[in-house]
Amino acid sequence: MRGQANPVRAYGPILLMAAVLGALPLLAASNTLLNAMVLALIIALAAQGWNILGGYGGQFSFGHAAFFGMGAYCTAILQTRFGVNAYIAFAAAVAVGSLVGLAIGYLSFRSGLRGSYFALGTLAFAEVFRILANASAFTGGAAGVLIKLDVRPETFQFASRAVYFWIALGLVTAVMLVNRWIERSRFGAWLVAIRENEDAAKALGVDTFAVKLKAITLSAAITAVSGAFYAQYFLFLDAGIAFGPWISVEALLAPIIGGLGTVFGPVIGALGLHFVSEMTRHVTGRIPGIDLVLYGALLVVMVAFARDGIIGLLMKLRARLAGGRA
Amino acid sequence: MFAPDIILAAVLNGLMTGAVYALTAVGLTLVYGVLHIINFAHGAILTAAMFAAYFAWKAGIDPYIAVFGLAPLFFGAGYAVQRYVIGPSSHGEDRNILLVTLGLSIVIENALLAGFRSDTRTIDVPYGFSVIDLGFTFLSVPRVVAFGASCAAAALLWGILTRTDTGKAIRAVAKEKLGASLVGIDVAHVYAVTFGLGAACLAVAACLLLPTFYVHPRVGNAYVLVAFTIVVLGGMGSVPGALIGGLFIGVVESLSGLFLGESLGQIGIFLIFILVLLVRPTGLFGARA
Repeated sequence: MRGQANPVRAYGPILLMAAVLGALPLLAASNTLLNAMVLALIIALAAQGWNILGGYGGQFSFGHAAFFGMGAYCTAILQTRFGVNAYIAFAAAVAVGSLVGLAIGYLSFRSGLRGSYFALGTLAFAEVFRILANASAFTGGAAGVLIKLDVRPETFQFASRAVYFWIALGLVTAVMLVNRWIERSRFGAWLVAIRENEDAAKALGVDTFAVKLKAITLSAAITAVSGAFYAQYFLFLDAGIAFGPWISVEALLAPIIGGLGTVFGPVIGALGLHFVSEMTRHVTGRIPGIDLVLYGALLVVMVAFARDGIIGLLMKLRARLAGGRA
Repeated sequence: MFAPDIILAAVLNGLMTGAVYALTAVGLTLVYGVLHIINFAHGAILTAAMFAAYFAWKAGIDPYIAVFGLAPLFFGAGYAVQRYVIGPSSHGEDRNILLVTLGLSIVIENALLAGFRSDTRTIDVPYGFSVIDLGFTFLSVPRVVAFGASCAAAALLWGILTRTDTGKAIRAVAKEKLGASLVGIDVAHVYAVTFGLGAACLAVAACLLLPTFYVHPRVGNAYVLVAFTIVVLGGMGSVPGALIGGLFIGVVESLSGLFLGESLGQIGIFLIFILVLLVRPTGLFGARA
């Protein structure tokens, strides 16, 4: 898929998937289903952000909550404290999120943090933000921030969940298209080269520092979009939601389950995980944590038996079928 | 701003906490030094050990006695987890090990949540509130015991590492894995023993913490980042580094709690963590990255 020369074959499947999913609210407009889908798409966005840096670039961040939370808090605070228009607040949140990504990336990569060290460093940044947001009066402290309910299109609030769903789907699709474009670009090739062997990439003249910095900035921007949209959809957040470890874990889990370093991986992973978690809740009732037990077990099983995720399994299946025919 | 005896009391209290921190960090740094992995399940194992100690107390066994049963039990469990889960499923790749231990921590933590719900549990021991009067301040007896026992456990571990054949094998594998296997050391076995020792340290720490602390399915999280900080500060893989780092972090936490207030107290730890990572990732005692 990666070296696809034909643009229709490269971008077509993405638009097809968007069209199929976009028809969903017209077929089944149950609020529960749409609610679950919107949440899954928000996670998909965060995961798409993580996938740029972790999946293509091989830099595993354990603290993408830092970017998610920055996006969420900026959107909320600009609106509640400064009366900024919701759309401008959204754009500003993404800008701030990417700047935070740039700053964390600059500090971490400048000091040569790699592998486990990078994972730990990002985790620590997210924790610092969580503690600060929880303690400072500016962010509403432990009580959190509540965006005033004011359902008008001008305030980025809609009565119908279908509208949120379509916006979320639009964002996810846009990121997929950008993602595919990166795959086909020189920048994408450098990023993969760094993942495969950073020293070799450097020796061949790739400016690894600049490439990694670009990747983390873009990655943070996408995850900040996810956080900003979360705030706009739920209209409430606190430090535990915005900067908590849950979102860091989901953002890395979805691409690993779906397929690391692929366009569809994070989206399929996020939708799949949420389907599984809804199903477990359905079967076991409301036992807290049981869906997460399954997430953790899935993570171990995928790492042990299917390094390339669901996408990898599908590709293997296709190769086997094609091999049978030939 | 504060009288010197208040600051001295805070330093003493910090040292007491720091000793238990050091014990949790010693387990982590040992595993890092030998397996070269960061064990993200460390906090979850501590939580599991605290639950085990809690239920032992429910069954009428004092934590200070239960520790003699729980430490071997957790050694065995840690051995099995490394040998039969982490080892085989990670195919020897660092990134995979990181993910597998993260997965394990999610499983353990949430299985405890599903089983015991998020109630906060405490135990009630007769010596729970006994104190030693130092004239200018009071020291809580369970914390003094925790300090002494942590130091003793660390000394025991040091003894195992330097005096026994197993310890020698562990140090050999840490230095040169291939060479160790060439002279006939079973590397997979040594890995599992190391992981088991790390888990045993956590079981000891859990029994020492229980009389003055509470149990909750997420309690380990509070310790795990602190332990990471200590390990990075002391130098990944350095046992003496972890001991000194632990005591230091305990004092820093206690003092920043005094000056910044409880809710911001932990921030001092993370700032140190980030600073050390960025400025000197080999730590104060580490030889190389």
